Amino acid sequence: MLIKIAKPSDLRESDVTPESVYLSRRRFMGGVIGVGAGLALAGRAQAATGPDYADVPAGNPPGWFGPKLENAKWGAVVPADRDLDKNTPFEDATHYNNFYEFGTGKSDPSKRAGSLETQPWSVVIDGEVGNGGRFALEDIVKPSQLQERIYRLRCVEAWSMVIPWLGIPLSEVIKRAEPTSKAKYVKFETLVRPEQMPGQDSSFALIDWPYTEGLRMDEAMHPLAILGLGMYGRELPNQNGAPFRLIVPWKYGFKSIKSIVRISLVEQQPVNSWQAIAPDEYGFYANVNPNVDHPRWSQATERRLPNSLFNPNIIDTRMFNGYADEVGSLYAGMDLRKQF
Amino acid sequence: MATSRRMLTLWRVAVFIAALAPLVYWGWQVAINAAGPEPGRYLLLNIGQGILWMLLLTLSLTPLTKLTRWKGFTLIRRQLGLWTLAYAVAHLLCYALFILGLDLSRLGSEIVRRPYIIVGMLALVGLIVMGVTSNKWSMRKLGKRWKTVHKVVYLVLGLGLLHFLWVVRADLEQWSLYAAAGALLMVLRIPPVARQLPKIRQLGKRHQGARA
Repeated sequence: MLIKIAKPSDLRESDVTPESVYLSRRRFMGGVIGVGAGLALAGRAQAATGPDYADVPAGNPPGWFGPKLENAKWGAVVPADRDLDKNTPFEDATHYNNFYEFGTGKSDPSKRAGSLETQPWSVVIDGEVGNGGRFALEDIVKPSQLQERIYRLRCVEAWSMVIPWLGIPLSEVIKRAEPTSKAKYVKFETLVRPEQMPGQDSSFALIDWPYTEGLRMDEAMHPLAILGLGMYGRELPNQNGAPFRLIVPWKYGFKSIKSIVRISLVEQQPVNSWQAIAPDEYGFYANVNPNVDHPRWSQATERRLPNSLFNPNIIDTRMFNGYADEVGSLYAGMDLRKQF
Repeated sequence: MATSRRMLTLWRVAVFIAALAPLVYWGWQVAINAAGPEPGRYLLLNIGQGILWMLLLTLSLTPLTKLTRWKGFTLIRRQLGLWTLAYAVAHLLCYALFILGLDLSRLGSEIVRRPYIIVGMLALVGLIVMGVTSNKWSMRKLGKRWKTVHKVVYLVLGLGLLHFLWVVRADLEQWSLYAAAGALLMVLRIPPVARQLPKIRQLGKRHQGARA
């Protein structure tokens, strides 16, 4: 297979394959149904070069990241309406974060996450798998192609952003782990390292570390679910969950667990951290749903950030965060009011 | 402690400026785009904490007066009480403007449905009651009942802390500090404890005298 490779800086965003070449939602759905899995997503997008992220500050990626980036498939999934879903500025996406390991304030992660050591990084894959063990991050990533996925991110707190992620399909990593027939759920855990994660040192914290999340197997195998390694054409900044995080765009942001060190395939439904703290407010599924309110606030609308005092930028929240055509069938027959 | 009339006026102006300063600072942060991608929420949360600061400072004036007998503390009590009200009104305005986008129908439904908002609104009502009866005319008119009416402040403190507690989601440290400060100020009002405060002042005086 011949792949023409150009440096991410060669072309400007406007030079990337015209939007008409990207899939319309309908054709995209056809692709998913017809071919299944992430290949459908990857196979359709034509762009071989990256958009212009020249104003994004360079990071300090591990050596293996560069070659992965050069082979990345840019714009593999892009929102249909780019006027509505414009990329959130990098500065905002990296300075307004919920990452309670570094504190509960939105600016705490950007202030405090700098000292987190992310190289080297290893991940334990265990549970109901044939091919488990402790793996260096690069070995987990190596067989997969890095893809750019521009997703809406809807926080349970009723604000939202649009982030150009770089990641690999979660399904590919799970398949390589060779799940057994008992593997019904996937459980994820964040690093516990209080000396570098001051939020874990707080004796007033209600979260029982490690931060834990989970997906049902079919959710985890869905082509939209990815393991993120980068954003805005570079590796993840620490405050955004470096070096390895989950991104599940049809669920509230807290499902997209950061700085993952353990992925376990399990038979029983895991209890995710927020559900453990307040089961009446946060469920296991946490699908974005404008019809099911959080007890303390409405989920019918969201504030698209950045906003201003003169324009709060309030927009209607869409079912499954606008990914209903893609993921709705996963929840057919379920009472989403009860299984929220 | 005797302080000249002029110094007391200066003191009141200084308190006014100090109470206004946080609002100016937060406004300035928004103006120079240093308040993050959601400036309305930045104002909402900061002003919300400002209410608690103002309320706790107001409530600290009586114990401080007992402790020092300086009349400057009594002199700013009404002012700080009104600042508490002003911060609370600004907090509600931020919520209505920047979180609900001035969708007044939603304001109505949210007020009825969300316990933490009900509690916050009740606290605001308490502050308004004290605010409108804070003038000399009301004091004369209400006579002895004025003091009773203004005991609402203790209820407001409790409601305010409850409102804050129900907003906190994962870490109680900050809330605990405010709650502890509030609890301390309440303990200082328990009669046997309150009676000790002037004695502490006299002890200090005697100590100073002994040294001199």
